Parts: sequence; C-alpha cells; structure tokens
Amino acid sequence: MTDTAVLITLLGMALVTYLPRVLPAWFLRGRKLHPFVEAWLKYVPVAVLAALLLPSLLVDGGKFKLAWDNLYLWAALPAGLTAWKTRSMFATVLVGMAVVALARLLI
Amino acid sequence: MPEFGLARIKTFAKKLTPALPVMMGYLPVGFAYGVLAVNAGLTTGETIIMSLIVYAGSSQLMAVGFFGLGINPLSIILTTLVVNLRHLLMSASLSPHMKHWRKLEVAGFGFELTDETFAVHSLRFAGGETAAPPAMAINLVCHSAWVAGSLLGALAGNLISDVRPFALDYALPAMFIALLILQVRSRLHVWVAALGGAASLVLWGAGLTQWNVILATVIGATMGAAVETWHKKKGETRSAAGAGAES
Repeated sequence: MTDTAVLITLLGMALVTYLPRVLPAWFLRGRKLHPFVEAWLKYVPVAVLAALLLPSLLVDGGKFKLAWDNLYLWAALPAGLTAWKTRSMFATVLVGMAVVALARLLI
Repeated sequence: MPEFGLARIKTFAKKLTPALPVMMGYLPVGFAYGVLAVNAGLTTGETIIMSLIVYAGSSQLMAVGFFGLGINPLSIILTTLVVNLRHLLMSASLSPHMKHWRKLEVAGFGFELTDETFAVHSLRFAGGETAAPPAMAINLVCHSAWVAGSLLGALAGNLISDVRPFALDYALPAMFIALLILQVRSRLHVWVAALGGAASLVLWGAGLTQWNVILATVIGATMGAAVETWHKKKGETRSAAGAGAES
C-alpha cells in the first residue's frame, strides 16, 4: 500500500469512528425522550460494561479459556471484592494488578 | 470562599484522578499497538497519526493486522465502522447529561469517547459531575497516554513487547470490574449485567465476534428498561387505586 493510500485509510477510519461517537450526543441532548428510551439509556452503561468485561476475562487469543489456570478470572475475585468494599477504582486496579503480578512471579 | 491559584489547580487536578487507571492501561496497550504497527510496515508517523485521529484500541490493533496482510482500504474502513458502532449506544446514554454543553465541547468530547473514558464518565455523570471542562480534561489526559504509549512502542519497534511482568495488561480489565460494580445500584442492575455479559459471551461463541458487545448491550438494556417500565406501571395502578383510600 502506498503512503497516500495508508493516509486515506486512516482518514476513513477516523471518520467512521468519530461519527458514531458524536452524532447521538449531538442530536439527542436536550431532547425530550420517550420514558422507555430514557430508561433504556440508563441501563446501557451496566449492560455495555458487562458485555465488554466478560469476554476480556474469558477469551484469550481468540478462544474461550474456562480452565482453572485462567489468571484473569481468578484475579477478578479479589478485584471485585475490593471494588465492592472500598468503592474505589484505583484500589481495585492496584489489587487486581498486584494479584496478577504476584501469581506470575510465584507460579 | 472562592479559590485562587494553586488551590484551584489542586481542585481541578483532583478531578482528573479517574483518568489515572485509564492511563495505566493505555500506556502498555498503546505501546503494544505501536510495536505491532511498525512491524506491520507502518511508518512511525502513520502509527502516531492513527492514535491521534482514530483513537480506538481494538480497531487500531485490527487495522494493523489488516495492513500487514495487505487488505484493501475499504475493507479496513468498513470493519472499523462495525467494530466501533457500539459507541453509538455510549454516546446516546451520556447525551441527557450534556444538555448545557456548548456545541464545540460536545464535538471535542465525542472525538475522545472510548470504552474506557465512557465507563469513567458514565459514573461521574450519574453522580452529578456533568461539567464539560473536567470531562474534556480527563479525555485529553487519557488520549495523551494512548498517543505516548503508541510513540514509545513505535520507537522501540521489535526490541520489546512484553509488559506482562508488571501486570499492566490487567489494568483495563480491573478498571472495568470496578466501574461495573460501582454502577450496580439495584438488583435489576445485577440482572442487566448478568444478561449483558452472558449474551456477549454466547454471541461471541456463535461467531459474532464484532457484534457481540453492541447486541448484548441492546439485549441487556432492553430487559432493564422493560422491567423498570413494568414495575412503574404496576406501581401507578396501585397508587391510583390506593390514592382514594389514603386521602
């Protein structure tokens, strides 16, 4: 691929990435929405976070990894407990990373 | 009492702390992207431009693979569109909190709306912190970490690519765990999360590896909204029936 073609590809990627990010906020804000849509949008964060998180814990290298040695899954337990008890994102990240680092060091 | 000078800077800097875990995650992932990009034949400049103007981790990594295979530009752009369509839902769900924002602020904010910054903002906005300047500052800090990571990766080239000893690869999953748990405020939230997560896995397993997140979100949010609406209706009929007796 020539450098020009690469740059055009990058511009195209930027455009198709930007539009879905900006258009809904641009057009929906300040608009009175149907109560069902309003309720629906309230549940998007929880649904999308779970939909992103579970595959990131259970899929490795394009395959399901349900084995007992799935470190990502085990580390989710202390991390989740920390989040629940401390309500702190920072503490959760530190505990999660510490558990993963220790496990790699020791096992 | 109004704050001046240093105190004011400190207050503002405090508002940026939610960006820290995102930065810790973006630096190594951006680094990995940079390494892969130059190995796939992109120049350092192209590698950085992509991080500046596209700024979407999963589709950048995918594009790098496609560039390496010599796949045509249109296919790369269309796949990027599909991979990033999920942001439609995120942008829509933040929109009610952005009523008072200026147009330029909305345009700038949207440019830097990623999975991770969305997760941070949805929690902040729900807690009433809806001012535009700190939100945009958080976005800018996160984006800078992404670009810095990409640059370091591009410069390191194929020298190193293993960030695992520091467990930095777990920064983003751990952050999502925290943000998910912090957003769960009712039993219905737990069910929405369970359904969304399960649907995402099932759809992924069924081969819909680009669509699983967006479809699972639609399924989960629809269930949540349906149950909530149903409960409200039941409550209204009950309170309407009970209103006469109480008054």
